[in-house]
Amino acid sequence: MSFLDLKNVTKIYPNGTKAVHETSLSVDEGEFMVFVGPSGCGKSTLLRMVAGLEDITEGDINLDGKLINEVDPSERDVAMVFQNYALYPHMNVYNNLAYGLKNRGIDKETIEQKVNDAAKLLQISDYLQRKPSMLSGGQRQRVAMGRAIVRNPKIFLFDEPLSNLDAKLRIQMRLEIKKLQQKVGVTSIFVTHDQVEAMTLADRLAVINNGIIEQLGTPIEIYDNPKSLFVAGFIGSPQMNFLDGNIKNKTLSAEGFEIKDIDSDFEGEVKLGIRPEHLSQSENSLINLKVDLVEQLGSDNLVYGQLKNKKDFCYRCPGNLTIEKGADLSLNIENNKYYIFDKSTGKRVN
Amino acid sequence: MKIKPLQIIAHIILILGVLLMVVPIWISFASSSHDSVTILTEGMKFHIGDQLARNYNEVLNEKGGWSEEVTAAKMFINSFIMALGIATLKVVISAMSAYALVYYRFKLAVPIFWLIFITLLVPLEVRIFPSYKIVSDLGLTNSYTGLILPLVASATATFFFRQFYKTIPDELLESAKLDGANAWSFFIDFLVPLSKTMIAAMFIFMFVYGYSQYLWPLIMTTAEEYWTVVMGMKIIYTESYEGVALPRTAERFAYIILSMIPPVLVVVFLQKWFIKGLIQTEK
Ligand SMILES: Nc1ncnc2c1ncn2[C@@H]1O[C@H](COP(=O)(O)OP(=O)(O)OP(=O)(O)O)[C@@H](O)[C@H]1O
Ligand SMILES: [Mg+2]
Repeated sequence: MSFLDLKNVTKIYPNGTKAVHETSLSVDEGEFMVFVGPSGCGKSTLLRMVAGLEDITEGDINLDGKLINEVDPSERDVAMVFQNYALYPHMNVYNNLAYGLKNRGIDKETIEQKVNDAAKLLQISDYLQRKPSMLSGGQRQRVAMGRAIVRNPKIFLFDEPLSNLDAKLRIQMRLEIKKLQQKVGVTSIFVTHDQVEAMTLADRLAVINNGIIEQLGTPIEIYDNPKSLFVAGFIGSPQMNFLDGNIKNKTLSAEGFEIKDIDSDFEGEVKLGIRPEHLSQSENSLINLKVDLVEQLGSDNLVYGQLKNKKDFCYRCPGNLTIEKGADLSLNIENNKYYIFDKSTGKRVN
Repeated sequence: MKIKPLQIIAHIILILGVLLMVVPIWISFASSSHDSVTILTEGMKFHIGDQLARNYNEVLNEKGGWSEEVTAAKMFINSFIMALGIATLKVVISAMSAYALVYYRFKLAVPIFWLIFITLLVPLEVRIFPSYKIVSDLGLTNSYTGLILPLVASATATFFFRQFYKTIPDELLESAKLDGANAWSFFIDFLVPLSKTMIAAMFIFMFVYGYSQYLWPLIMTTAEEYWTVVMGMKIIYTESYEGVALPRTAERFAYIILSMIPPVLVVVFLQKWFIKGLIQTEK
């Protein structure tokens, strides 16, 4: 049994909303697990069940070898960082950090030492006497982290903790959280709907949709090998291009071109998925793209345009290529990196 | 700095308001420093007279009542104890019942809240006979407990606390739970400090309410040692003066001025929080 074990966990809210369907998942000790998915897919619900803030309708949750279904949140030894931080507004930073320790009956000197250590680690030592209302967003974020770290819990739970920060601070804090987690080595679950955040932070990633884990794996596994249409569309930025197609006798006819000898026995309606970064310009072209718009990111260019049948399409090329608006590009798929999904079920078939 | 006409008008209005509040008190105070006869013959006074010390000394120390034992000082103390008891218990009980109503999500919470709320329609004066019956059956007449107990439930304060607790975000409770707080420590460590402005404001309201109770102590107490300030006004009013049945006007003013001191002290002491509590819900 691994450190955290969810077995067939289901959550039905009193109003009948089924937020999580029979989800099973294991998290190893010290692992950084990320839940990613669109809004309303049940990420927070799953996390809050681990914390004990929501009842479990069905299934079991084991933490560190102990069934915790009925254990009170205060007894679970988990720490959570909330989206709006939920700092204690009437306590200064020191007491915000110390409160959980005091409740455990730890003696004053030990508390002081632990708080000071955590404050140092997070570089908030200078603000210990301030109230949360006198801190910037980033500083509050650190205090919230400090409150989690200082108790040295079995598991950290993060519910979209970076979504209230501006873009730059977000990237910085993302890095710091990752570093911190590696340094402290505490098992963590991090919830986000930002796939870049998910990819960069995760040891393993659970892509959740409609209360179901669609795919579980390392970020690279999921990026290279999405098992469903949803995962393929959700992970990767800019989004994968999808074209309608049809397979007959191992030949895929898509919108305006054909691929022969594909690696699949499937026959029928499909969706062909091609990542913008898996294309390159070449003579013997497969796809013809009329350029509408070029976004220059410096390192890369994102080229948006239309295929012959007016379908929107995106191509990502190195930033040193100059591409004019209105140009006609002939593109080929690099190394046969394309994905085929059954149109009716969304399952990968190649 | 240039003074704008609007500011002048605003100041005039404010000054008028202040005068409206202060002048009657000043007249009472000035009149309390004269001879009763002077007041009776010449009307109320605007300037300080020469009887100040004598009048106040008399009011404070003169023994009155049928038993000739109760003094004004004793009545002030009684009223103070009664008001303090009522205010303290009202605040504590309301805060705790609001806590139960908001945080223990049992099915009956809403009906119970409305039940508490409609007691606003039946103030003590309306239910005074049943209340008296119960208190006297319990043997609590002529005691501080009897004076205080029937008045300690407060729908108003419960309502205000409930509304305040409802504005406190759920995450605060949740993160306190994860930090190991139990039901009691969440109340003491979070709700009480967060609502301290509210507590101060409620305390002042309830203190003044308790201090100005008239009917209840009147019915409740037969022993003069439990008489309260408001009842005392009546004594001074009805007593005769040096054999002649003269109203003791000057002493009455002195008594009124003295009777204002305890509530004023409470307000002065708590006003910093009180004003905050009225104009903002600090979170
Ligand atoms: N207390 C509740 N009562 C009823 N339904 C709820 C409750 N909380 C959440 N839900 C529903 O459960 C589903 C999952 O909600 P959840 O908060 O887990 O989503 P999420 O993945 O965290 O979304 P977001 O990214 O927007 O935070 C949603 O459809 C939501 O409407
Ligand atoms: Mg959420």
